[in-house]
Amino acid sequence: MPSVRVLNLIKAAVFIACLVPLTKLALEAFGLLAPGLGANPVEELLHRCGKWGLNFLLITLTVTPLRRLTGLNWLLRLRRMLGLFAFFYLLLHFSIYLVLDQGLAFEYIIEDIAERPYITVGVTGFLLLIPLAITSTNRMMRRLGHRWKKLHELIYVIGTLGVIHFYWQVKEDFLEPQIYASILAALLMYRIWFRSRQKTSPA
Amino acid sequence: MSTNNPKILPSEITAETDYLRRREFLKIAGYSGLAIAASSTGSAALAAETELDTVTSEYSTDEAPNSHKDITTYNNYYEFGTDKDDPHRYARDLITSPWTVSVSGECDKPGNYNYEDLVNPHTLEERIYRLRCVEAWSMVIPWVGIPMRDLLKRFEPNSKATYVVFHTLFDPEQMPGQRRGVLDWPYVEGLTIAEAMNPLTLMAVGLYGKTLPNQNGAPMRLVVPWKYGFKSIKSINQIIFTSRQPRTSWEKAAPREYGFYANVNPEVDHPRWSQARERRIGAGIFAGKQPTLMFNGYAEQVADLYSGIDLRKYF
Repeated sequence: MPSVRVLNLIKAAVFIACLVPLTKLALEAFGLLAPGLGANPVEELLHRCGKWGLNFLLITLTVTPLRRLTGLNWLLRLRRMLGLFAFFYLLLHFSIYLVLDQGLAFEYIIEDIAERPYITVGVTGFLLLIPLAITSTNRMMRRLGHRWKKLHELIYVIGTLGVIHFYWQVKEDFLEPQIYASILAALLMYRIWFRSRQKTSPA
Repeated sequence: MSTNNPKILPSEITAETDYLRRREFLKIAGYSGLAIAASSTGSAALAAETELDTVTSEYSTDEAPNSHKDITTYNNYYEFGTDKDDPHRYARDLITSPWTVSVSGECDKPGNYNYEDLVNPHTLEERIYRLRCVEAWSMVIPWVGIPMRDLLKRFEPNSKATYVVFHTLFDPEQMPGQRRGVLDWPYVEGLTIAEAMNPLTLMAVGLYGKTLPNQNGAPMRLVVPWKYGFKSIKSINQIIFTSRQPRTSWEKAAPREYGFYANVNPEVDHPRWSQARERRIGAGIFAGKQPTLMFNGYAEQVADLYSGIDLRKYF
């Protein structure tokens, strides 16, 4: 178990690393970094924030398997930060959709959410993430007690909705969504396997 | 011009002015001396983007065209990859000269026609057209081309020819995207004979006053501005006159989403997204979307083709 000082250093390093995608995006948006956002910058911003949101969701889900495999229990101390970064990038993704893509035209937004299944699924996933973000503090963990764990198991549903949203949004090249689906499936299978193991051999 | 070997076509000989300016071209194209030595396709790169003589057309829009950069770096050309920046990265090795188009089917003058035979007899026109992609973005593009009706008439289609079918080159060696089955290769598209003979329909051979860059469908491609962009098939090497409606590539890939007619229509949504609005490329990050026009604003020239037809059923 690393010391408090080392742990804080690790957390700071991870924090900075989590900001790299955003920094790259901002630099490219202002033409300070190649390749830039291209001819359709709104689409590029939307896709990159969405992908990084999904990336951080999957990274968050790898913390527990990694911790159990390596025995490095302090990895758990990084999970909240990673989860909140997922929420942050997805908040950006949703905001870009509302403001830059739809111009806050609420009539079109409501129609999109109601009539386009991939958007229905995406918005639902994001809305479910909000209570998880709000209850991420130590105080909330204490207040909710054993119910906190139950609430945060919603992340499995949210991850699934996110991958479906990606799958249904893509035009015809399903390679990337299939890769994300495979990774998510592996991460969820691991948990199912671990729980069944717990049931058959109570320690 | 060589007089010793009559079998060499003008298109295979580098024009003297181009030859003398070759290092200039290479510098513009961004190649270093090292890259020239390593590249085995220098001649293909030089042949692109030669100046063309054009006349203006009444069918051009007066909207400002998109930048050359946007038009040549944001492309859907899955033969070179499915990302928008794949075509301009990977299409540069495509050999577009010499180029032969095979014409066949219900016509009296079938045969293999080379690029020079097809293009040289015609006066090239500049046609500044809107292009509306099915993905709900659009551009204004200053094409250079030949009215398709003038070209097709030379092959003398007979009375059985009710459709014209076009194929793109099939060559997975040169087109790495064709090694994956994202679409059923080669790319196939088609029009009714009436659509093909419409004055707007263009066989484009250039862009911004020069021959087409590879990523835009060199050396010749269809432009049907009142239909979604996927109808405007690129790098055509087959023209077939038929009496049966062809199964086009996107129809085969997703028949619920992409139809044969694919007319731009804000009232008929794509199953997964709306077609009522579109993003105009180049308008800026805060420009939002603009309303999509029926037949992409070309209703005056083409609406008659579809009078009485249920455009929701025949999408």
